[in-house]
Order: sequence, then structure tokens, then C-alpha cells
Amino acid sequence: MSDAKISSGLSRRMFMTASVSAAAVMPLVNSPTRAAQPASAKPAEPRDLSAVSMRINKQTYNLALDNRTSLLDALRDHVGLTGTKKGCDHGQCGACTVLIDGKRVLSCLSFAVMNQGREITTVEGLASADGDLHPVQQAFVDHDAFQCGYCTPGQIMSAIGCINEGHAGSEDDIREYMSGNLCRCAAYPNIVAAIVQARDETRRA
Amino acid sequence: MRPFVYERPTSVSTAIAMASRPDAVHVPPTGADTQFIVGGTNLADYMKLGVARPERLLDLNTLAEPALRQIRIDDDKIRFGALVRMGEAADNNDVRRRCPVLADSLKFAASGQLRNMASLGGNVLQRTRCEYFREISWPCNKREPGSGCAAMEGSNRQHAVLGTSDACIATYHGDFAQALVALDATVDVEGPRGRRTLTFAKLHKRPGETPDIETDLAADELITAIEVPLAQWSSRSRYLKIRDRESYAFALASAAVALDMDGETVRSARIALGGVATVPWRAREAEDVLQGKVLDEATAQEAAEAAFADARPREHNAFKIPLGKRTLVRALLETRDMKG
Repeated sequence: MSDAKISSGLSRRMFMTASVSAAAVMPLVNSPTRAAQPASAKPAEPRDLSAVSMRINKQTYNLALDNRTSLLDALRDHVGLTGTKKGCDHGQCGACTVLIDGKRVLSCLSFAVMNQGREITTVEGLASADGDLHPVQQAFVDHDAFQCGYCTPGQIMSAIGCINEGHAGSEDDIREYMSGNLCRCAAYPNIVAAIVQARDETRRA
Repeated sequence: MRPFVYERPTSVSTAIAMASRPDAVHVPPTGADTQFIVGGTNLADYMKLGVARPERLLDLNTLAEPALRQIRIDDDKIRFGALVRMGEAADNNDVRRRCPVLADSLKFAASGQLRNMASLGGNVLQRTRCEYFREISWPCNKREPGSGCAAMEGSNRQHAVLGTSDACIATYHGDFAQALVALDATVDVEGPRGRRTLTFAKLHKRPGETPDIETDLAADELITAIEVPLAQWSSRSRYLKIRDRESYAFALASAAVALDMDGETVRSARIALGGVATVPWRAREAEDVLQGKVLDEATAQEAAEAAFADARPREHNAFKIPLGKRTLVRALLETRDMKG
């Protein structure tokens, strides 16, 4: 769970520079990579790396990944976006929630290679370029909707999904539809208040 | 996690051909080297735990057939494509209006994020959460046939009281399946040996002596659709789920109920019980008790007694018998009070 060590020895900055570039495949791997396609000259081997391209926070990333890599680990360890948190790593806590094509999902239970061509949004992609917070982020600040903060990125991403789905109509609805995000500090009342504020602002906008 | 090959079939027939193997009929799908994946909410978890060890995953999200992603509602049936996500089905207003028990069994399952990921075809095949099944250091006849069952004398509060065997007492935890089995749903299955339709009640197998064989499917067969007939009882239907916490937990006891009423008299009742049995559990004995009777607290209680007459508790789960009965009584009375 600590910050990623990049196996090639390159710094994260160099890594990110490489991966954001338009190159088809990052130059960081020494094993051959292959597109995950059924038809191929050489039969696929379980240890082959797969090439996967996805848009993360509106930038294209071309990655070469072990098929076993979760989207969560790809974001944190390969792309360097550590805002998305690893809690249970088994789909029970919601800390790893991100948006895929606008829908909230758990990145720990999604194999990264399954996200070819998808649009991923993480907590780092919410604030505007000039630093204005997303209404849900601002509402969490306004309502002091966290204590230790570890679950907060997942709460915020899930709240955005919850509001977009139309499931934030009442406080009871918010509690029901946000139940996949656990907060062991139990900041729940303030989280609900923050979502109510953000919902109303989103409706006005 | 065991390394695996990842592939993206583009049609149902390609997916089946890729999964096909001569001995497919002899290998339970859960033990097959090649497995299908859609949401991954169950399979990815079990792969991380080492419980599932496929060497090849076929990603069904790239299948082209539009019907796989559609919910079709006709006068007499609802047809769900197997790739429809739980969340989409739960939020479908026509599904809710025509058959509330379907929508509620999905709404009260899992979490918003999991419902956005999990497909309906995958959801009905979700595997048990038995703690001894999940942790590979324990003996488990379902995971490792012949190794024994650690739950029998272990911590078995979560375990089943109906449909158990001497080999396995693991609970089937799904919710949607309870609505499906109550409503006489059918499942369309495609495989290299052709297409077949089976009643939902036939999909899951009781553990018996072979708890590793969980379903009637072969390893190279794929669920393509789930169809639910609509009838007089569909709109007067309800799913009641009782949990340790109010949301985002598996059922300790649940009841799917659909009633066709003639005034206060039951013309026909459909009942299934969740959280208490090894498979989706149709409670026909309880249905028979109610047929032709006025539904009140006394007859509801009589039905609940019949539903649990054969229950066999272990050390920590005996509470599920009175809890299951009370859950069913409440579900019956609440369903009776709905507008038909």
C-alpha cells in the first residue's frame, strides 16, 4: 500500500512523462507485450503483458500490464495517481471507488486490462484547472465530512455517482445508496449533509 | 493469484468455442481452466483469495449481440439480457411497476458500485461467502472435494438450515435468485451442444455429496438471458431482507413473496427464502398451506412453520429458524396489504 516503486528504477515523474506520451507502448518493460486479441500468431501465455489504453482524467495512458493488475493498482502503482485508496482490496469498503464511463465502480475488483478504451475519472480529475473544487469536494470541506480522510476519495467519487444516478433524493436514500462506502471514523452524518448540499448545488447548476 | 491469459471474444458463439473442451461436461464450471468474466465482482475477489484459479479469462463485455444488454418488457414477460447490470435492472421503472420483487431484490443487494459492475447472468452464479470456503487453509468439500467441512463444527452463524447435507452447509447468498425462483423464471443457456432453456429452479444444485458441483451448467455453457413470466401475482410482490446492518450486508433471512389474491383469499402464492438455504429456495410447502385460505397472521404463521419444518440447525445458526419464520410472516402480510 506504500507508494509505488517503479521496477525499472525510473522516477515516477519520468514514468508519468513516458506513459502520458503518445507512444503506443511504454518503453519500461523488458518482456514482450501483446494486444489482447484471440487471433494471434503465437498463442498467448499467462505471463504475457497486455497492452491497454485508457483515458484517465481526460489524458490517454498506454500501459503494458500483467493481466492480474487491478485497475486500482494500475492507477496507484503504474500511473502514479495515489488519490484512489486501497482499503480492503476485496470490494467491501468502497475506498477505491472511481468512475468508469461516468458510473461509480470499485477499481479493486476490475482488472485493468478489462478497461481498454474506457474513460476513468479519479479524485484527481475533479477540480478544475484553476483549482476550483468540484461541488462535492467543496461540500465535504464545508461540512467537515471526514476525520482521518482515508475513505474520502472513495466517498466523494461514490457521492458523485449517487447524485448522477438520481439516488440522492432524501437522506434515507443517500444512506441506502452510499452504504458501499465505509467510514471507520463514522463521519456519516456529515457525509450525508455534504451530499445534500452538493445535490442541491448540482440541481441548481 | 495464478497468472492468466486474457481474451476478448466478440460473439456468444466465439466465446463458447473458446471455452469449449472435450471433457467440459465432467468439469464443474467453477473448476474450469477457462472462465467467463463480466463484472468480476465475485470472480476477481475469489481469484485474489486463491479460491478461483483460472488460467484463462474470457471477457464477455466485448460480445456484440445487442440483446445481451437489453431489458425487454412484454405484456406477459420480462426478458433480461445476461449482460444487463444489476443497477440498471433495479432502476428500471417498468420492472419496478410490473414486478416490485425483482427490483427490490436487486436494490437491496450489494452496493451501488457493485450493482453497476455485476451482470445479472453473473449475479445468479455468485458463489457462497462461507468463511471456510473463502479461506484456502481450511478444509472445504466445495472448494476441495473430499477434504471435509470446517463449518460443521466451526463458526456457522451465517450458514444454511435448509437444503444442507453432511458434506456442506454453505449458504447461497444471492437475492435476485430468490425472486427468480419464486416467479418460475427460466434461463436461456448456449453451449457447443446447442441452446437450451431451463427453469431457474433447476439452475442451482443442492450440495448433497458433491458440493463442488453448484449448477446444472457445463464449463462451456453461457447464460444469455433470464426470462420472468408476468402473471396475476407479479405486481403484488415484495422482497423483505433482514440483515445484521440495515444496508450492504448479506441476508440473515429474506423472503420473496408474490400473491394472487381474490379479496382476502389466496388464489396462488409464490414464496422463496434467502439467507437460510444452500440454494435459491422455493418454499412450496408454505405455498400449499396458503392456497385457498384467508391470509391473516394465523395462516401466515402456519405457512412459515411449514417452510421450516425440515430445517436442520447447527450450533450457531439455530436463530435463523425463528428469524426466517418471522421474516416470512411479515413479508406475507406486507405483500397482502399491497395493491394488486
